[in-house]
Amino acid sequence: MSEQEIFAKMIEILRPYVKDASLLDGATAATHILDDLKVNSARLVDVIIGCEDAFGITIEDDEADGIRTIGDAVSLILKKAE
Amino acid sequence: MKRRVVVTGIGVAAPNGHGLPAFEKALRDGISGIRFIPELKELNFACQVGGVPQDFDRIRKSYFDFEKLMSMNDNIGYASVTAVDAWRDAGFELPESGDDRVDWDTGAIVGCGIGGMDTIARSVVPMVNEGKVRRLGSRIVEQVMNSGTSARIAGLLALGNQVTSNSSACSTGNEAIIEAVQRIRAGLAKRMLAGGSEGASPYIWAGFDAMRVICRKFNETPGAASRPMSGSAAGFVPGSGGAILVLEDLDTARERGVRIYAEILGGAVNCGGQRMGGSMTAPNPEGVRNCIRMAVRDAGIHPEKIDAINGHLTATYADPVEVGNWSEALGRGPGDFPWIQSTKSMIGHCLGAAGAIECAAVALQLKNGFLHPSLNCEDVHPGIEAYGHRIPRECVEDADLKIFAKAGFGFGDVNSCLIFRKWEENGSHE
Repeated sequence: MSEQEIFAKMIEILRPYVKDASLLDGATAATHILDDLKVNSARLVDVIIGCEDAFGITIEDDEADGIRTIGDAVSLILKKAE
Repeated sequence: MKRRVVVTGIGVAAPNGHGLPAFEKALRDGISGIRFIPELKELNFACQVGGVPQDFDRIRKSYFDFEKLMSMNDNIGYASVTAVDAWRDAGFELPESGDDRVDWDTGAIVGCGIGGMDTIARSVVPMVNEGKVRRLGSRIVEQVMNSGTSARIAGLLALGNQVTSNSSACSTGNEAIIEAVQRIRAGLAKRMLAGGSEGASPYIWAGFDAMRVICRKFNETPGAASRPMSGSAAGFVPGSGGAILVLEDLDTARERGVRIYAEILGGAVNCGGQRMGGSMTAPNPEGVRNCIRMAVRDAGIHPEKIDAINGHLTATYADPVEVGNWSEALGRGPGDFPWIQSTKSMIGHCLGAAGAIECAAVALQLKNGFLHPSLNCEDVHPGIEAYGHRIPRECVEDADLKIFAKAGFGFGDVNSCLIFRKWEENGSHE
């Protein structure tokens, strides 16, 4: 799966947790999941589970803690999916 | 002088109807919401019938977005939908997305009897046992915490007054309404959403089946299974659903110029102490009578003014005892006994939601001047035959119906009783 495809999939994983869907329109790799998309921090664990299911990977807690932006998630998934 | 409390909004999701027009029609027409539940048969339940609001999955999906739906089990779904319905019925709009204001004058007391048992059984236990704790995600606590229903409602409506969930078994819905009335009377809130809900799940009903207190003799004829006050009553039929009333300080309601269903004149709760014949599962008759008397006293009326009773009346051996308790507490024998009915004859026993759904039925009957029939008691229990003529078998149109008493009793020997009065602007009580 290409970086672009993973990014697109991440947007879909995040969509239910973003109250104002328009915030996703201009999202880039640098978009901060909590600060920019206003995702409730408690829901990050659901986003991680969504990634694990979508990409068939396991994300350790330490790795999850390092995800701040959409780009962080995409990079981690790319690495894990290799 | 204490503040007066009126009902200005109602939301109801009952096994025989969601929404006020459907629920009222079902009440008037005596439509049973009891159905055969194939899953109960597959699981070897002795009781294979139950009351479940129909098509509710579709209904709640039409109310909430995917994000909210992921956090709603049955119990919270019933509470959330009926809270929204009640709020709109009372003339309010839902807060716009992005509106950051809080309604400090409005709170919620909405409880349940058993709660998120389905979530525990279907998600928590299997996943924990499989060592998959982290896969549970973030949505378990809010679905199994006892305050899950009121907490969800607070978020939907931006409530800023007291928000809590009570629990007193089958007395829960009534108790929530009484607590809310007292809060408004005390001037601590202008308005409260009050009621109860209960999910539909074999995991909730299993314990009752094991106790042999639910009906096992009418699996082939579900509509005949719930038989309060009948000589052939064979135990209660488990039910589910929810109802919420918007209760409001009379002055506030008048300022808004909103429609009023009924006034709540008074209420009382107590416990029989599990003595004098009372136990964990059976009421102390003296406790029941005291509760009724306290409610009547709190309402400031004479017992002879009561036109009708919506009883607890679940279709167990306790029904004749309950009728006797009403008679003694009110000082009214068969000759001048009020009408008496059981909404459970149509919807079963909705546990933590029972009192709330039945209070909704009472408020509707007072507002629109009718008495719904009590089903399946053609063969009145021999112990209360003398009262049989006071049980409506068909819908009775009665515009003069003024005062309704509503009671509920629950495991733990807890009791609750409410007195409702028809609202008449410029009526004699004005």
